Amino acid sequence: MTVLSAASGVLAGFEPRLGARDPAWLAEARVAALQWVGEHGFPTHKDEDWKYTGLAPILAVPFDASTVASGSRVTAEMIDEAAVDLGGPRLVFVNGHFSSEFSRVTGVPAGAVVTTLAAVLAAGPDRLEPFFAHAPGVRHAFAAFNDALAEDGAFIHLPSGTIVDEPIQLVYFSDTGGVPLISSPRSVIIADSHSRATIVETYAGVDSDVYCTNAVTELLLAEDAHIEHYKVQNEPTSAFHVALLSVRQGRGSRFSSRSIMLGARIARHEVRVQLDGVGAEVSLDGVYLPQGDQLHDNTIFVDHAATDCTSHQLYKGVLDGRAHGVFNGHIMVRHGADGTDANQKNKNLLLSDRAEVDTRPRLEIYTDDVKCTHGAAVGQMDEEALLYLQTRAIPLEAARGLLIYAFVHEMVDRIELDPLRAQLERVVATRFGSDATVVAP
Amino acid sequence: MLKIEELHASIEDKEILRGVNLQLKPGEVHAIMGPNGSGKSTLASVLIGREGYLVSGSVTYEGQDLLTLSPEERAAAGVFLAFQHPVEIPGVGNMYFMRTALNSLRRQRGEEELDPVDFLALAQEKMKLVEMDQTFMNRSVNEGFSGGEKKRNEILQMAILEPKLAILDETDSGLDIDALRVVASGVNALRSEGRSMLVITHHQRLLDYIVPDQVHVMTAGRIVRSGGKDLAVELEAHGYTGTQEADAGRLSTAGISR
Repeated sequence: MTVLSAASGVLAGFEPRLGARDPAWLAEARVAALQWVGEHGFPTHKDEDWKYTGLAPILAVPFDASTVASGSRVTAEMIDEAAVDLGGPRLVFVNGHFSSEFSRVTGVPAGAVVTTLAAVLAAGPDRLEPFFAHAPGVRHAFAAFNDALAEDGAFIHLPSGTIVDEPIQLVYFSDTGGVPLISSPRSVIIADSHSRATIVETYAGVDSDVYCTNAVTELLLAEDAHIEHYKVQNEPTSAFHVALLSVRQGRGSRFSSRSIMLGARIARHEVRVQLDGVGAEVSLDGVYLPQGDQLHDNTIFVDHAATDCTSHQLYKGVLDGRAHGVFNGHIMVRHGADGTDANQKNKNLLLSDRAEVDTRPRLEIYTDDVKCTHGAAVGQMDEEALLYLQTRAIPLEAARGLLIYAFVHEMVDRIELDPLRAQLERVVATRFGSDATVVAP
Repeated sequence: MLKIEELHASIEDKEILRGVNLQLKPGEVHAIMGPNGSGKSTLASVLIGREGYLVSGSVTYEGQDLLTLSPEERAAAGVFLAFQHPVEIPGVGNMYFMRTALNSLRRQRGEEELDPVDFLALAQEKMKLVEMDQTFMNRSVNEGFSGGEKKRNEILQMAILEPKLAILDETDSGLDIDALRVVASGVNALRSEGRSMLVITHHQRLLDYIVPDQVHVMTAGRIVRSGGKDLAVELEAHGYTGTQEADAGRLSTAGISR
């Protein structure tokens, strides 16, 4: 069955993944998702949320979802290098499929479930039904593709009161060799009331492999749940990365997500947070460091649908070469969401005349009793500060590195996991030549 | 130490320095006074290597051609500028900044670098000179500093980097009398036989505290008059305009008469 040919000659020929034992709702959802793509096609510049992110380079690749790449070159060292072992539970997916060889499920408290989507699909997928039923209004072709094709990913369920001390690490590694693979990991994290955990997602792959990661991660936070989420995107610049992080928060819940965007030729990290319960808090941070021909797109939608919720966003980009950055942040405060406290800030440092950034912070407010701020800044290296440092005997290149580090350090400081913070510090030090580890006051 | 000959500098076709001659011997403190727009700060900028000026003439510093060196090479050679407007650098700790500066300087001179512990001891010693405490060192460079704190921070850097030629650009601007006293006593403590200073100021007030060996008057891009410390007092009484008229047409022999 081929439903896609009308949408795109390139991604044509994809078929929904129908398991023999899948319940009817899942088969229907998968077929409907592909039909949706067939009818609506891929986003273009005319779509508000894709205005600045051209998909032509992705659509030009003859991606293949039917062939299974072997992943035979992957070693434990490659995984460790991509994602520093944080010591806790660690699920590793190679080309979108769970690898028991590289994974470890220890340190999970009794009652908590840390397993794979494939295992849940095999055992009884009905609990997944709400997650595969996106509201049509928020759907786009990539998310629909994930609906149709997702077979594996992480599945985490934290029952009420569960506290997982060690960070739960999810590693998505690609080793596709000559196969231009599109992988569709789908992870679902359900945090019941008063549960608490830290989740770290890392996306990486073998250098110069051409592939596309089309990931969806969904979180559901019940009353007073508290989840700290990190995402490190370090795919090779031969690859593409399109991801959706979709979060729903109940009363009094707290969620934070810190995104470190380093790799991929085109990377789009979309975050959608729905604040459904009174007094929920969300904090979203991101740092993106595109260089060369890279495009990094951060698209954020925070939906204040309940009273007394708080949302903070801080995204900082350093852009070099011909890199292109996009910040597309949208805050919606619904009618009746009184006591909302929302702010968003985006700051960019352009290191080259050819680098470019499109920043669009947006507030849409339908109630009066709110405190909302937003702002965006795009600047170049402060020449006066450079000269000041030079007159203090600091060579020009070191002075530049120091100023770049000074710009991103507040993002680095927000990372509470030491190995992750050290990783980002190393990246900054290597890319910009700063002696990063000792700069901060 | 420093010999400036027929120094011209222009920016966007506007000539700002129009033939400056000046000679500074080791240990001497010279003041350059003059009205706004006379070229005092431009002279400082050209001496430390700020880009954007079209420069001719020569500046010889300790036998080498200063104008061919980059700003960081000039700093390593011992040239220091206390900025009129010290730059705020959010995110860079003051202590780290100064240690990086000192170690960059030492590295370029082939000297051993100081580790954080040794540097801390050195910094604490120097901080006493300008009555600064540790809290300044834990903040970002100049960020949120008052005018007086910024100027004290400049003098602290001078104390740590121990230049041979220190240029103080309007170090007294924006200071109240107490802050001026602190800054001036810091500067005076740093006067030594091997260290020369060029004190650029608009007001005679600073020279009551930092007493110069010579005073030069700069107008319209030239040094039009030079004399002893009493010249500053005379200027205060009669203003620059009088000086300009009195000295019209007179060639500068700045610094050479001594």
